[in-house]
Amino acid sequence: MLKHRVIPCLLLHQGGLVKTQRFAKPVYVGDPINAIRIFNDKEVDELMVLDIDASREGREPDYALIEQFAGECFMPLCYGGGVRHVEQARRLFGLGVEKVCLQTAAIEDMNLIRAIADRFGSQSVLFSLDVKRSWLGGNKAWVASRRAPDRRSWQELLRIAVDSGAGEIVLNAVDRDGTMKGIDEGLIREACALVGVPVVAVGGVGSLEDIRRAVEAGASAVSAGAFFVFHGPHRAVLITYPRYEDLERLLAKP
Amino acid sequence: MTEPKARIGIPALPCGNFSSVVKIVEKAGGRADIVQDPGALAQYGKVIVAGVGAFDHGMDAIRDLGWLGPLNEAAQVRKVPILGICLGMQMLCEDSEEGTRPGLGWIRGHVRRFRPEPGSALKVPHMGWNTITVRRPNPILEATASEQRFYFVHSFHAVCTDPSDVIAVSHHGIEFSAAIGRGNVLGAQFHPEKSHRFGLALMRRFVEIPC
Repeated sequence: MLKHRVIPCLLLHQGGLVKTQRFAKPVYVGDPINAIRIFNDKEVDELMVLDIDASREGREPDYALIEQFAGECFMPLCYGGGVRHVEQARRLFGLGVEKVCLQTAAIEDMNLIRAIADRFGSQSVLFSLDVKRSWLGGNKAWVASRRAPDRRSWQELLRIAVDSGAGEIVLNAVDRDGTMKGIDEGLIREACALVGVPVVAVGGVGSLEDIRRAVEAGASAVSAGAFFVFHGPHRAVLITYPRYEDLERLLAKP
Repeated sequence: MTEPKARIGIPALPCGNFSSVVKIVEKAGGRADIVQDPGALAQYGKVIVAGVGAFDHGMDAIRDLGWLGPLNEAAQVRKVPILGICLGMQMLCEDSEEGTRPGLGWIRGHVRRFRPEPGSALKVPHMGWNTITVRRPNPILEATASEQRFYFVHSFHAVCTDPSDVIAVSHHGIEFSAAIGRGNVLGAQFHPEKSHRFGLALMRRFVEIPC
């Protein structure tokens, strides 16, 4: 049986690794290479690395750094941040990255997803959908690099991305980011019902129980940042990952 | 400097990146080169055919870039250990539902698409970690009772004509071949280079096959 994946999500900011809360207040958590080495030793299912500055600053991915990451990963590596062209995706795959994660450029032109999927297969291109609760109520698709909502509904963006060939959806509940206060089960359930491709649920994981609930809501994979890098009430930095046996037991079908 | 004969040659096909494969070979104690010139393959005592993507794209690359002769010579004349990975494994077979081109045909069998029942929650591609069951003694996978898991990404799977060519099976709606082999020709549908210590163990065994 195919297993549900549990994926640490690491954020790059000014060359270091940070963790945000609700997409703001980045806190430095350490050296990325060191963190990736630890996650590799812990045999994580997969790793997601997102450069949170690249799109906003309009710059290229940091290829030299990403190549070093790939050199440490004996598991699949997904990279996101600043990818605007097929050529950049090709270069990333050449460095040993398995999947690229798109948001800003794809929201501007979904043909980028199609172009990458046609050339490298759908499994290699993920669409990252950030969903944020509006102060007027209801959920909006959030564009992190613009710090503004998109004019289309999140459901519409989701459908277009999948129709364009996105092989997976990274679904992030912005209001839960970094809070470790629990996942948005309703959002995950609704998104998973809308699309046939795997959904990676992100945002709010603070316990193993949250991971189990996200999987029950339909997620194929669950990703988390704070849960794997912070420890205790004072959020001391400590990299952890559940033991394989514990995840097996947690996610075993009753 | 290791003699090329003791090294693994990886044809530089334009269907995938092989840096991760080279890395895991090195971690397993071996040496691998990405070989650009098909004529140079004759110097290598072992070959890995790696690749991802469409079947015809891979087979066209093998034919158009001049790899067919050197690969056939390695597999069938010199009979060196050959490992196909992912699309590389599928190309060991005779043909694929994904395309129209003939495969290498070193292992009798056909590549079929996963067809989940309508309404089934099963997703294609089969992507992620899955466990395997080893069916018979073989050079690359240990027949152990403890769980072995590997990372898969594929929409098609090989169906061997001779069931004894199936080395290991996995399950995705149906039972399918996770690894196949006949004589010196071996194949893994999963990605050993992305499968932590399980992939490393496989690669170590391949590296240690005497040649």
